[in-house]
Amino acid sequence: MSEDLAGLERDGLARLASAASVEELDRVSAEVAGKRSTLASLGRSLGALEPEQRRARGAELQAVRARLEAAAAERRTALEGEERRRALDADRMDLTEVPGESERGHLHLLTQTRDELEDVFVGMGYRVAEGPEAETDWYNFEALNMPPAHPARGMWDTLYLEVGEQESTLLRTHTSPVQIRVMESQPPPIYIVAPGRVYRRDTPDARHLATFHQIEGLVVDRGITFGDLAGTIETFTGAYFGPDIHSRLRPSYFPFTEPSAEFEVTCAICRGGGCRTCTGTGWVELGGCGMVHPNVLSSVGIDPEEWSGFAFGFGIDRCAQVRHEIPDMRVFLDNDVRVLTQF
Amino acid sequence: MRIPLSWLRDFAPIEVPTDELTSVLNELGLIVDGVERIGEGLGDVVVARVTDIRPISGADRIRHVTVDAGGDPVEVVCGAWNFEVGDVVPLAPVGTVLPNGMEIARRKMRGAVSNGMLCSPAELHLAEDAGGLMLLPGDLAPGTPLPDALGLEADVVYELDITPNRPDAMSVAGVARDVAAALRVPFSIPELPLDEEGPAAATLATVQVEDHDLCPLFVARVMTDVKVGESPKWMAGRLALAGMRPINSVVDASNYVMLELGQPNHPYDLDRLPGGGLRVRAARPGEKVRTLDGVERSVGHGGGRDCLICDAEDTPVGLAGIMGGESSEIGPGTTRVLLEVAYFTPMAVARTSKRLGLRSEASARFERGCDPDVVELAAARVCALVAGSGARVVPGVVADGSPPPRARISLRTERVNKLLGVRLSPEAVTGYLEPIGFAVEAAGRPGASDAPGTLEVRVPGWRPDVTAEIDLVEEVARHHGYSKIERTVPTTSQVGALTAFQRERRLLRDVMVGAGLVEVWTPSLIGPGDHELAGLPGTDVELANPMSREESVLRRSMLPGLLRALRFNVGHRNRGLRFFEVGRVFAAPAVAGVPDERERLSVAVLDDGDATSAVRFWKTVAEALRLADPGLEASEWPGLHPTRTARARAGAVEVGTVGEVDPAVVSAFDLDGRVGWMELDLDALAEAPRRSTSVVPVTVYPTSDIDLAFVVPDSVPAAAVEATLRGAAGPLLESVRLFDVYRDPALVGEGRRSLAFRLRFGALDRTLTDPEVAEVRARCVAAVESTHGASLRG
Repeated sequence: MSEDLAGLERDGLARLASAASVEELDRVSAEVAGKRSTLASLGRSLGALEPEQRRARGAELQAVRARLEAAAAERRTALEGEERRRALDADRMDLTEVPGESERGHLHLLTQTRDELEDVFVGMGYRVAEGPEAETDWYNFEALNMPPAHPARGMWDTLYLEVGEQESTLLRTHTSPVQIRVMESQPPPIYIVAPGRVYRRDTPDARHLATFHQIEGLVVDRGITFGDLAGTIETFTGAYFGPDIHSRLRPSYFPFTEPSAEFEVTCAICRGGGCRTCTGTGWVELGGCGMVHPNVLSSVGIDPEEWSGFAFGFGIDRCAQVRHEIPDMRVFLDNDVRVLTQF
Repeated sequence: MRIPLSWLRDFAPIEVPTDELTSVLNELGLIVDGVERIGEGLGDVVVARVTDIRPISGADRIRHVTVDAGGDPVEVVCGAWNFEVGDVVPLAPVGTVLPNGMEIARRKMRGAVSNGMLCSPAELHLAEDAGGLMLLPGDLAPGTPLPDALGLEADVVYELDITPNRPDAMSVAGVARDVAAALRVPFSIPELPLDEEGPAAATLATVQVEDHDLCPLFVARVMTDVKVGESPKWMAGRLALAGMRPINSVVDASNYVMLELGQPNHPYDLDRLPGGGLRVRAARPGEKVRTLDGVERSVGHGGGRDCLICDAEDTPVGLAGIMGGESSEIGPGTTRVLLEVAYFTPMAVARTSKRLGLRSEASARFERGCDPDVVELAAARVCALVAGSGARVVPGVVADGSPPPRARISLRTERVNKLLGVRLSPEAVTGYLEPIGFAVEAAGRPGASDAPGTLEVRVPGWRPDVTAEIDLVEEVARHHGYSKIERTVPTTSQVGALTAFQRERRLLRDVMVGAGLVEVWTPSLIGPGDHELAGLPGTDVELANPMSREESVLRRSMLPGLLRALRFNVGHRNRGLRFFEVGRVFAAPAVAGVPDERERLSVAVLDDGDATSAVRFWKTVAEALRLADPGLEASEWPGLHPTRTARARAGAVEVGTVGEVDPAVVSAFDLDGRVGWMELDLDALAEAPRRSTSVVPVTVYPTSDIDLAFVVPDSVPAAAVEATLRGAAGPLLESVRLFDVYRDPALVGEGRRSLAFRLRFGALDRTLTDPEVAEVRARCVAAVESTHGASLRG
């Protein structure tokens, strides 16, 4: 290679390497390899040469240009990388210094529990029914096989309203009136659950509030058996509490079901081993259930010889208490956000 | 009902372990609430007299005590303080294993050696009291084994929760009968021999029942030469275990038989009964009886008929089946006793007991239904027991009436199997019923139904609750065992689902949570002044029998409850006080019937709590529910800020209120600052018109934005200006948005503000030309200026 070209290349490479910014590099690139560069003018002067010389000189020029351009590209990559690093450094942010908390609110634990219970039964093919909280004596007692002065009425401490005749209207003591309302409004087959607020004339304690929430289930169809009741309770128990929680039924009494039972589930604290919560039995009582009493079916015009059914009811609050290990339900009376936002 | 095991064994050879019997009882529906082991592990505990008490240096909770336990003095360390030198207490010497499993060993505490433990009643499982040592009678001899000293026999007491349908289980014999059947062991009521002597009872006393509908059967017996004293130790002991205080030999015998056979009965001092006899009749209005508890009670009122026991001269001496009277009470001087054993109509006793608010062991049994066939046996048994303490029983009974007939019920085996989901033979069904006293005749026997598998069942007197086939089905299920019934799950072709209303209510809640609100559940029952305090005058729905004044009226609004919840949290310096609640509110019924009940969503926001936030929540709801033509119209509303409240509507349907709580109400609830408020009626929302669910196409051509700022009088709502713009803009308008509100008297004038709107125009089929856009713009400006007295800002 001729001396002049070698010098030109050395000088060009050195200038490219010392360019300190992309802008400077652009300028230097133009000066060493651009249209007005010495290299370009040398190219334009090739025409004056002999064909053989022209080829050789042209190839040399081409090679020098290629090397200079490669060096410029390499330098550009390096400079751009540096600039990006500088910009990113300047943009650095401590994400842990951002003030403020989650802007999402919270559903009440009891709503979450109710929704989940509803969903379990909807998944089993049930619909969700509702009824009024202020009820008549008829729906709360009489239609449920408890005529006036029936001794079993004493099982519920009732709050009566100063409306109409004495003790004719009341705050429902259980969700069972919804059974009657549903059976009055539709023929069997019936598969429903009825969640809602209920009231008792009672002093609140750690496990009971005077105003609380129940979910009632009612199935009326052909050939429904007590075995269906027990199996349904077991299916629900597993679906809601988990596969290692089971249920058992023991004889009990409700005027509107017969045979009647109370149902218990494996204690969630000790998993059945026995602890203080379950008083050492391994089981906690959850609710009552039974086969719908023929008198109840008859009172709403359903033939108990053709149709049979079962009903069950239990506390939504109690489910939440068992699952979330809440020592005292009265904590919900205050609506303290420090409690509400835990769920 | 407290049932001692030893007493159960009088009726059946029950030899299963304690825990197993607990399970058997539970499986029968005789739910065991508690098990007390009496006297177990007390054989080594002895009576000891305290002879010296000395402090232990460096210890302020324990003391060094010396006791005399019959032999050499015993040194123990004791942490109780309720005793003095000379007191007699129980000592558990080294080596004793207490009922709770604790083994007493020789211990050294703070350098003092303890050779045993002085015990509390709780440590001996004799009572709940764990507060100090058990103090024993001072005359007990030191060294005597405690069970001997106290006459204790090892026993187990089962505390049972008896459901109202099991009157038979309100007695030891009834529980024993059920358990014996479950264990397949024989049951019998042991005979108690009764020696009768003297003149016939009928010559000493008279009995007359006037109202047989109240008292179908009344039996009396007479005892003479009665010596009222203490009951024998075994009887007093059993009564105590069953939870009843021993009183005297006559009353105790009466109570003993009530507990044993479930038959309440009442002894009268015959010499204190004028006329020497009893009359049973309905009370006359305003009659008075002074009952054993010393209270004078007025009877004969109301619809029901109260049944009275009167003396032969017709003066009331007791409330039938509930409580006897003071005048003929058994006393230390009583020598002649008239014993009443009767069957009273359950509903009559229940009515009177409820009306007077007076319940007793007797009324609890009578109202559930006693066994009319056990009346004579019970009478003889009380007499035999009293005779055991030295009395003469005169021959015969004085009686009026007869027991009601026993019910007969047909039971279809097929029905049993169909309802329970089992496959039992008629023989198996019979095998469950007969041991608990039901007499069963299979089809084919005389008097039985012809249908195969149908059983004719005669109900025993002690099961008055069994009146229909279904009651027998339950008895079969109980004795078959609920746990033995195979579990199945019914299948339905119904698709499980929430209703549209229920889905939307969940959506509302979720939207509120997404908007940063916390759900609360405030009480439905509030105090009588709470509505007024919240600026909500009106008629309250009151409770007839509230637990307290603070919970005596039904809420008409969630405003008081939500403000109270805010106040509670402010008091605890909690943050993030943005609450919502979905719940029922109540209004007095317009005509008659139950209160009018509505379901509402209420929002109360204290942090960033002005009307602005409430409006944002409203817009969020309107968007989530796709309300058609949602709008706010300034309005006044009780309890709310008079100049910062609007009614919310969708189309023509009013759905609620949005704004702020009245500042006066805010301070009345002891809160500071503004409280944003929204209340929407869920039923109204359900009826509100909705936007079409069909997609609205958007143009692919470029759109044109135009900003228009108008100076408008404050009296003109921005919503009105926007409506005018929409109307004037016509079909080319894609959207309109208020993006700036500007108030400055110097620039826009007093009582006016500038409202800046951005309007976007477009067409589905082309790009709009400049002249087209200019024309629409001019139309919009002209419309707003002419309609609202507004002027375009330059």
